[in-house]
Amino acid sequence: MSSIITYFTAMSALQAMTFGVVLATFALYIFIAIKARAGTTGEFYVAGKGVHPVLNGMATGADWMSAASFISMAGLIAFKGYDASVFLMGWTGGYCLLAMLLAPYLRKYGKFTVPEFIGDRYYSNTARVVAVICLIVASLTYVIGQMKGIGVAFSRFLELPYEVGLGVGMVIVFIYAVLGGMKGVTYTQIAQYCVLIFAYTVPAVFISLQLTGHPLPQLGLGGELQGSGMFLLEKLDKTLVDLGFTQYTTQNGSTLNIFLYTMSLMIGTAGLPHVITRFFTVPKVKDARSSVGWSLIFIAILYTTAPAVGAMARLNLMETIRPSGTAQAAQGSEGEWLKYDERPQWFKNWEKTGLLKHEDKNGDGKIQYVGPNYKGLENEMVKVDRDIMVLANPEIAKLPNWVIALVAAGGIAAALSTAAGLLLAISSSISHDLLKGIIIKNMSDKKELLAGRIAMAGAIVVAGYFGFNPPGFAAQVVALAFGLAASSIFPALMMGVFVKRVNNIGAVCGMLSGLGITLVYIFWFKGWFFMADTAMAANTPENWFLGIAPEAFGTVGALVNFAVAYLVSRITPEPPEHIQHLVEDIRVPGVMKR
Amino acid sequence: MSSDSQKYWKANIRLVSGCLVVWFIVSYGCGILFAPALNKFHILGGYPLGFWFAQQGSIYSFVILVFFYAWRMNQLDRKFGVQED
Repeated sequence: MSSIITYFTAMSALQAMTFGVVLATFALYIFIAIKARAGTTGEFYVAGKGVHPVLNGMATGADWMSAASFISMAGLIAFKGYDASVFLMGWTGGYCLLAMLLAPYLRKYGKFTVPEFIGDRYYSNTARVVAVICLIVASLTYVIGQMKGIGVAFSRFLELPYEVGLGVGMVIVFIYAVLGGMKGVTYTQIAQYCVLIFAYTVPAVFISLQLTGHPLPQLGLGGELQGSGMFLLEKLDKTLVDLGFTQYTTQNGSTLNIFLYTMSLMIGTAGLPHVITRFFTVPKVKDARSSVGWSLIFIAILYTTAPAVGAMARLNLMETIRPSGTAQAAQGSEGEWLKYDERPQWFKNWEKTGLLKHEDKNGDGKIQYVGPNYKGLENEMVKVDRDIMVLANPEIAKLPNWVIALVAAGGIAAALSTAAGLLLAISSSISHDLLKGIIIKNMSDKKELLAGRIAMAGAIVVAGYFGFNPPGFAAQVVALAFGLAASSIFPALMMGVFVKRVNNIGAVCGMLSGLGITLVYIFWFKGWFFMADTAMAANTPENWFLGIAPEAFGTVGALVNFAVAYLVSRITPEPPEHIQHLVEDIRVPGVMKR
Repeated sequence: MSSDSQKYWKANIRLVSGCLVVWFIVSYGCGILFAPALNKFHILGGYPLGFWFAQQGSIYSFVILVFFYAWRMNQLDRKFGVQED
């Protein structure tokens, strides 16, 4: 107890502010949860199908944009430049596929879960179970990352132990997800979207104004760097090349890999069940179509700001360390590197976390930060963690404390909202698909609702357990989640609507072979079940098949799935008549006279 | 299947195919395959064009495409009388 009192009395003004803002957002989420309790299974699974398409768009934005989008993506762009475009295009372009190939048809079908559609369309419990397994593995691995994100945000901004942050996060999600189901999750996600988008754009606008005079970061990135007579991107390219890094705006990786990686992320995005289910909550087919558009607008606000945040943060960082004269020719003249003793306060703050690390290799008391192509000097910035780019940005740009506090609340909102969506997908597939659908078919609505709540509580406990004991593979999660969704779920859903001829045997063979080849490829380079020492070959571009990274292999898995499902269906009996009628029915929004 | 529903479905497939061609061109075309060539041109100040498509333009195009699709599909629904009441 005394240690808690010491903690609060020793709190800085910034921490007190952060604490206040985070606490206020939590109070808001719980208030919404109490207002939006779920009374029926319809409300628990799909919010009673009464969510306005624009509001559903906001909820989808928060559901989709995770701790990784909020914290890590801009940093990834800052250090990879053009090559990070795969994430920008991949994680937005998937919504086109979702809008045109899946969402309206699945909404027309009008049931509660994604595996339920697969099970009914392919008249096969096996298909349903395969879909449930893919869903649970993809969502569970994904949710572990969110739980970690919540713990990390707490420990960095409030200097509270990681475990405390994780525990608080679990309790908050527990309250509104168990109580409210999809209904509670939807309305808290709307609030969380507002918090996170405000927290992301406000610092970006300030920094864009400072560097380029443009209030819109999307224009600032193309604008002129104030006082330099050069365009910001031009200056960034020049600075990086002068310091021995690769150019920012041009491609470094192989074209085939970039192409397939983007495709995998797009197909994976469209096939992630927690995103698809969001479009089951709107009243009509028409609403499902437009709601995907609204989702994409709300997502695009962050995704078009992120490249500006990345580029500007990188430039700020480089210029702080080497304020003038970056040309290699001038390296002999001393005094241009930042003296270690004169480093700014934010530098010291982040050094404490170990995410930023300097080693004075040549003992001159200065910081030399150079890339691998720089001749004659060793790089002394031994660690610059990508994640600090968004988090440290407001400090680097000397923004007021409330903005920094807001960024903390935004990061937590992003992690909480995605976690809740994923947990909901997991619990509904357990209570609705496994329990009600296969094991206890005559379960009453009331009992199913209770089962849903228990499954949700269980899922939170399991996710929390993995958050406390993060398995070694937590970092590989993205590859697995998107690979699974792309190679198994998306093709099964798309063919379910567009290719009437695909039958139960074809679909199951397709899903299993797509999934199998993708898993084997990922495990081959990352170790069987992610045990690193069991990898069959080093995870380097020379070893990859045709230079395709494991993360990009979902595209190949999806193609295999399509091909196998189609061919096997051709040589086995066609689907029964009532299934063919079912497909004809979901293809039209209203009623089609036969 | 009646001929009307076949026509509706064909019109739908045509619309989706057209949209996906544009979807492919703005991202995989302008943003990846032709990006090095397009980078010779600059827009909105200092954006190399290929880079702009990869990090900005493709995303704006996706938004427009989805709304265009939704608008055209609603028209088709009404034309064939298959909209929800």
